[in-house]
Amino acid sequence: MPESPPSVIFFGTCLINSLAPQAGLAAMRLLKLAGAQVRFPRAQSCCGQPAYNAGFDAQARQVARAQLDALAGTEPVVVPSASCAGMFRHQYPLLFAGHPEQARAEQLAGRVVDFCAYLQRVLAPAWTDHGPPVTVALHHSCAARRELGVTQEAHALLEALAGVTVIEPERAHECCGFGGTFALKQPEISAAMTADKAEALRATGAVVVLSQDLGCLTSLDGYWRRQQAGRQFEVQTGLQVQHIAEFLWQRVASAAVQDGLPPRDTLGAPQ
Amino acid sequence: MKPVQRRFQPPWSRPSSLQQRLRTALARQPVRRNIARAMNGLVDKRRAAFPDAQTLEALRDQGQAIRDQALDHLPTLLRELEANCTANGIQVHWAETPAEANAQVLDIVRAAGADAVLKGKSMVSEEIGLNAALAAAGIEALETDLGEWIIQLAGEAPAHIVAPAVHLSRQEVAARFRTHFPELEIGEDIADLTALARGLLRDRFARMRVGVTGVNFLVAETGSLCLIENEGNGRLCTTLPEVHIAITGIEKVIARLDQLPPLLRLLTRSATGQPATTYVNLISGPRRTSERDGPHEVHLILLDHGRARMQADPEQRAILRCIRCGACMNHCPVYTRVGGHGYGTVYPGPLGAVLEPRLQGLQLQGELAEASSLCGACAEVCPVRIPLPQLIRRVRRDQRARQARPGLWSLWSRLQARPLQARRFTRALAGLAPALNVALRWLPSPWTRSREPPRLARQTLADLAEQEGFADD
Repeated sequence: MPESPPSVIFFGTCLINSLAPQAGLAAMRLLKLAGAQVRFPRAQSCCGQPAYNAGFDAQARQVARAQLDALAGTEPVVVPSASCAGMFRHQYPLLFAGHPEQARAEQLAGRVVDFCAYLQRVLAPAWTDHGPPVTVALHHSCAARRELGVTQEAHALLEALAGVTVIEPERAHECCGFGGTFALKQPEISAAMTADKAEALRATGAVVVLSQDLGCLTSLDGYWRRQQAGRQFEVQTGLQVQHIAEFLWQRVASAAVQDGLPPRDTLGAPQ
Repeated sequence: MKPVQRRFQPPWSRPSSLQQRLRTALARQPVRRNIARAMNGLVDKRRAAFPDAQTLEALRDQGQAIRDQALDHLPTLLRELEANCTANGIQVHWAETPAEANAQVLDIVRAAGADAVLKGKSMVSEEIGLNAALAAAGIEALETDLGEWIIQLAGEAPAHIVAPAVHLSRQEVAARFRTHFPELEIGEDIADLTALARGLLRDRFARMRVGVTGVNFLVAETGSLCLIENEGNGRLCTTLPEVHIAITGIEKVIARLDQLPPLLRLLTRSATGQPATTYVNLISGPRRTSERDGPHEVHLILLDHGRARMQADPEQRAILRCIRCGACMNHCPVYTRVGGHGYGTVYPGPLGAVLEPRLQGLQLQGELAEASSLCGACAEVCPVRIPLPQLIRRVRRDQRARQARPGLWSLWSRLQARPLQARRFTRALAGLAPALNVALRWLPSPWTRSREPPRLARQTLADLAEQEGFADD
């Protein structure tokens, strides 16, 4: 008798929902491919971190309460963003401390796990790499590195692919400058940090940069596209950015399986 | 400086004075280079000083526990400190405000009949604006710490709490010396510059009657002041003059003498990577009758300036654990790009973002908390484990409570808290993606000044999940 497949709840994150749905879909398909039963609760929206980091706790709680309802259950909640996963795991208990939902917030915090960590530690898939040899630069968000400590897992998933060489940039530990509303409140400093990170990533010689956080990628991609603007006829100056789930899916799913995924251009995501 | 020309500035992108200061600091390329180089050096030295993670974590636990214990019993410890200092012959003065502290220093200096004072490095003296207060009373303050002296010559504020002149290269230091001492031959070699400063300063030490210094730790059980330094100027300030005035914040107290070594180990390694400073001064009173040197009077001025209020708040109390090593700023991606002057406050970096709004008020300095990406690099290295990102969020929270205008955030949260509407809304956005993606590029926003805006996808994940049978209620 085979064991019953593990059930997980998938929290897509608001950024992936609107900016990179193909990454969220790829993550769910990978979980399924690795043997999990995946459920995407319809009532989810955003973890509430933007308001929380901006100091609007009441507004953050209002949004967070809706997630407590949407993600209720006992299964692990898999999140394809270390930043959002960190919000659930470490900030929800603080946000709801002394509030009626405290116990539920703590229960949810205990169930939330970063996508790469869950895939690598729990499902531990042994996949065949179908892609050509490639060198990728891996960027870890500050949440992945410091709040959750899940950098090894993302590395391991990529290292397990025969054709993939993973490199990290110089000063890998330094923040990319995105920081959510920080990018709007302090645009100059944020941009200076992003520029330094982007140049360090470019210096690795990789053509693709991967991360488990879309926020960092949005900032880096915005920087490279601005650099590129106005010199369409020259050589590409930036790297292609991709969420790690989307990259993994493209490498491990055979052509037949991949057929089901809508082509990227119909999604309107990075061309 | 010529203002930057812009097409149109909507109200939300008009820069505040802090943003303007940060922008100016960011544009000073030579300063940025100097600061970045120095910070890289300090980061490397700290890392080398803590080769073993386990030892470091154990030491941090110990440091945090010592500081927490002191802060939890602050009133009791301060009473014990005062009693033991007094028994040792140290005169203790309490100052609630910077003005009170300055007045106390002035009274002591005047009573000593001095028209000038020697100064050892003290951030609390910067906090209260002591040099300006002395100058206003016609009393000269001579900074004796090399870095402090350099910036005093230049009329600048410290750029860093441990290394005040860190924003200057040796060439710039030499240029400042040449301006002030045109009669001297001045090279650009660091050893020569140091020797020159030493010569000029030593000359004046002997003739000064009052020395003013800061304090690193106060030991309650023995009634002692601990002061560490590398240049020997601190020891001269505390031993040569007839009167020594030590000034510090009330939070610097610790219970026992045996708690000092672990804190010193953490402090010097975190600050400069040194296993110990060249000088460790432990002062337990003025010159005794049997002694042939040392000051005849030792005064300790204990400054509150909002610290008691911070101590009373269980969350804010954590910032009082700070032992002023500067590691949080050395590792801060914002500080390393703008330096201390970008913040425009005495305490810069993550420490300043938490402390200054409490010292000067949210109204004046609350915005400092916005100058952080909450990356957590500061908390990762803090020797006494201050949860700096949490405290920065706390300042933001208090700031929002004061301004009480959630505006767009209320709309946002109401939408996100109603999943059905949120789904419809994001689906509508996705439907309009081609037009919105063009609009976003032309809409003036802080983001689009330096980066292309993110691009909306034409379908949401919620809809794709639905199509693929993942969606479920």
